[in-house]
Amino acid sequence: MDIRLLFNALPGACAQGLIWGIMAIGVYITYQILDLADLTVDGTMCTGGAVCVMMMLSGHSLPVSLLCAFAAGMLAGLATGLFHTAMGIPAILSGILTQLGLYSVNLRIMGGKANQAINVSNYPLLVSLRYIRDVPFYKNAIFVVIIFALLITAVLYWFFGTELGCAIRATGSNPNMSRAQGINTNVNKIIGLMLSNGIVALASALLAQYQGFVDINMGRGAIVIGLAAVIIGQVLIGKLAHNFASKLLAVVAGAIIYYIVILNPNDLKLLSALVVAVFLAIPELKNRYFNRAPKKGGGGNA
Amino acid sequence: MLRLIGVKKTFNPGTVNEKKALLGIDLTLNEGDFVTVIGGNGAGKSTMLNAIAGVWPIDEGEIIIDGINVTRLPEYRRAKYLGRVFQDPMTGTAASMQIEENLALASRRGLRRTLKSGINSAERERYKDKLKILDLGLEERLTAKVGLLSGGQRQALTLLMATLKKPKLLLLDEHTAALDPKTAAKVLDATDKIIARDNLTAIMITHNMKDAITHGNRLIMMHEGRIIYDVSGEEKKSLKVSDLLEKFEQVSGGEFANDRMMLA
Repeated sequence: MDIRLLFNALPGACAQGLIWGIMAIGVYITYQILDLADLTVDGTMCTGGAVCVMMMLSGHSLPVSLLCAFAAGMLAGLATGLFHTAMGIPAILSGILTQLGLYSVNLRIMGGKANQAINVSNYPLLVSLRYIRDVPFYKNAIFVVIIFALLITAVLYWFFGTELGCAIRATGSNPNMSRAQGINTNVNKIIGLMLSNGIVALASALLAQYQGFVDINMGRGAIVIGLAAVIIGQVLIGKLAHNFASKLLAVVAGAIIYYIVILNPNDLKLLSALVVAVFLAIPELKNRYFNRAPKKGGGGNA
Repeated sequence: MLRLIGVKKTFNPGTVNEKKALLGIDLTLNEGDFVTVIGGNGAGKSTMLNAIAGVWPIDEGEIIIDGINVTRLPEYRRAKYLGRVFQDPMTGTAASMQIEENLALASRRGLRRTLKSGINSAERERYKDKLKILDLGLEERLTAKVGLLSGGQRQALTLLMATLKKPKLLLLDEHTAALDPKTAAKVLDATDKIIARDNLTAIMITHNMKDAITHGNRLIMMHEGRIIYDVSGEEKKSLKVSDLLEKFEQVSGGEFANDRMMLA
């Protein structure tokens, strides 16, 4: 690879990685905290952008559009949560169902078109790939997204320290114990799924603004990227991360690393497959080489 | 304090795996009763506790705790009245959370979980004092992850969590069975102390007949989904292991002799 090409592409990869890092924080909530694999995100990663872009095109302000994108993501999470808890469908299947349904919903949001463009010169977008070089730092996409990621990390750090947040963590760690301690595990799973998908939708809204358009396929494979970011973050920087906030930031860093590594888009599929292979091998390798105390407890019935 | 009226439960009804686990349990516990429960494998001991705790709905009968009919309440809402310790040390605690976080979760049992801070400094001091009673040195390790503790330590912690907020009824499901004898004795000792101190009403399942006789003020024996023997007061105090064995052989036709209870 030409080293100059690498340097030229680096800022863009960083900005994109950061946005996917926010998305990966959402995946972290379901995958690590709730111990659920939530495939809804492949759909939500388009929904958020679709809602945000369509609202801005129809003249709504940026904050309102972002808020609505967040709310739309939460609704998607609610759907998956209800499939899983109220109807007893396994979590993975619930996510797939919602994801499938969202494809039609996303098309409807985008007025029946497969993509919608939004021009940064006509609309006050928060981030754009045009704002990478030669702009004041407060307009720089990297700077804006870093602030966004820090803000979300701070809010989540606070939330998961509250009584409600602790109950959600307990639900993921040991549902039997949680119910014995009076925690409604179903409601907590739904709240966690809503929060997670809300954050993914926000990331989607940012990504749509950054690239200047929303596309029906932009969420395809999002779960793989999210999981890859979570795993890369844990493996490469997990040792330095001791508290919750730094673990979230490690996830963001994981996403950035992922995007820097796949600078050449032609390599994307191969690298994604390799990342998934590594991800699948990690539990086994961990057991073999790092014989540490088990992290998760609970499981079997009393 | 607790009334079970005609409680019945059949697992997998209508299939080849059908198992009539409870065939009409009637039991009344007075306040301050400490009942030990013995019985062979499959007698319905754990099923009875799970029925009280609401792990699944029962088929027939009523469950009343301190005048409140909880028969149709889900597990997490009954938790308000119950303290529970399980046989498997992994079941009672959240391994990926800290000792103090586990205690904070337990101290909010039956309360609404709000956006207030999950744990405050006044609580921490209180937990330190409580952990000292266990005599396991856990009071110095408040922020350690529970997953790092031994089975005995986790079981002792679960016991503390179950009684942190005084329950109307404490359910102990063979909570020392998975521990080594020394640790088991320590946990059992702590159990006695806490029950006596807080004057708790408790049900303790055990496979150890000696423990069943020496602990508590009442003993019941179960067999094939029924309570077949119920003894309390002076009569219980004068019981011997051989009496219980004899009783068992009467009902089970000798099969009990090779059950693991013999070893106790």
